[in-house]
Amino acid sequence: MHELSIAMSIVELAEEYAAKEHAEKVTELEIEVGDFSGVVVDALEFAMEEAVKGSICEGAVWKIIPVHPLARCSSCGHTYQPESLFQPCPACSGFGAEILRGEELRLRSIMVE
Amino acid sequence: MCDTCGCGEGGEAIILRKPGREGAHIHLDGEHAHHHEHGHDHEHEHEHKHSHDHPQEVRGREVVIEQNILSKNDLLAERNRGYFEAKKIAAFNLVSSPGSGKTSLLERTITAMKGKKGFYVIEGDQQTMHDADRIHATGVPVIQINTGNGCHLDARMIHEAVKELDPGEGSVLMIENVGNLVCPSLFDLGERKRIVVMSVPEGDDKPIKYPTMFQSSDLCIINKTDLLPYVDFDMEKVKNYARQVKPEMEFIEVSVRTGEGMEQWYEWIEKNGDALG
Ligand SMILES: Nc1nc2c(ncn2[C@@H]2O[C@H](COP(=O)(O)OP(=O)(O)OP(=O)(O)O)[C@@H](O)[C@H]2O)c(=O)[nH]1
Ligand SMILES: [Mg+2]
Ligand SMILES: [Zn+2]
Ligand SMILES: [Zn+2]
Ligand SMILES: [Zn+2]
Ligand SMILES: [Zn+2]
Repeated sequence: MHELSIAMSIVELAEEYAAKEHAEKVTELEIEVGDFSGVVVDALEFAMEEAVKGSICEGAVWKIIPVHPLARCSSCGHTYQPESLFQPCPACSGFGAEILRGEELRLRSIMVE
Repeated sequence: MCDTCGCGEGGEAIILRKPGREGAHIHLDGEHAHHHEHGHDHEHEHEHKHSHDHPQEVRGREVVIEQNILSKNDLLAERNRGYFEAKKIAAFNLVSSPGSGKTSLLERTITAMKGKKGFYVIEGDQQTMHDADRIHATGVPVIQINTGNGCHLDARMIHEAVKELDPGEGSVLMIENVGNLVCPSLFDLGERKRIVVMSVPEGDDKPIKYPTMFQSSDLCIINKTDLLPYVDFDMEKVKNYARQVKPEMEFIEVSVRTGEGMEQWYEWIEKNGDALG
């Protein structure tokens, strides 16, 4: 259900921006979801279908753009693409890397008319 | 709706209640701001006419937003945090799987420490007043938030509950989140520290199964150590897993049942409950 509340927040944000633009309809949404954002993309897809109903986004298409992670090792500074939050640094085997990318949960843009 | 926790659809009313005053309760409506929609409808009609005055076949234009989707919650959480700081309230957000012993931990802690510190409690559950009733029995102010189908507390619910509860200056505010190791990790409530409670029977691989929750927590309480002789549970393994996602993680091992380890937890509250900022 957090996917549903996230989907509703997406629709709300889109509504806000559409109103600012005096738009009648939102036709497209681009959403960035990091692999480490804690959001399940399938569940979000499903939730979006519910959330757009009766809103200005009804009938819009949405693109969910995955953002693959990038980490910087806090011991040796090596940057790498971790597969999980658990993966040790491939250069020095250290843990506790700084996540540079991959935790995004952002509404990138909308198309309005 | 959520395939991780299996909870149903959202939008159901959220209800705030106090034990002994069940008649009086507050509804928070769903996350969707209906009133805004009405406002928009007006503007739309207006705009509709407007665009007919200037016929222009625009198929659609791009609006760049680049905004964090949870920014509203984060803003409200910061507001809560500011309020807590101003009133020197130490707010702790307790998260865990269902049944790890959060309410039991609070009952025992409050009973032991209420002479020294003012405690206030917010209980989050999908349904029932059970946990609030248990806390009420310890004699401290408590408010129950029933989230209906919602699987986590959010900053707005805390804002409303705090208005009702009115925690005193310098007090400790314990927030027991809905039992769920997934969703609550995404929602900052404005707490000073996040505490993840796990228990021995849950097994020692929780931190790798739910890394986001462990990554976002400051303290890990490992409860039900009285059951260690009966289950395969490797304490060092759990800690190592948790440190892999959160190198600075603190750990406290307790048995709420026997009281073992509770002193260390009380000291942690004393230390982190002082007005540090
Ligand atoms: N053996 C043992 N059982 C415990 C301990 N602490 C709690 N329990 C039991 O665990 C069960 C769940 O405890 P609760 O305190 O209700 O757990 P909770 O985390 O608040 O549960 P939810 O609010 O439903 O998520 C109860 O039957 C407790 O008696 C402990 O230290 N040892
Ligand atoms: Mg409980
Ligand atoms: Zn959920
Ligand atoms: Zn949720
Ligand atoms: Zn390294
Ligand atoms: Zn309405």
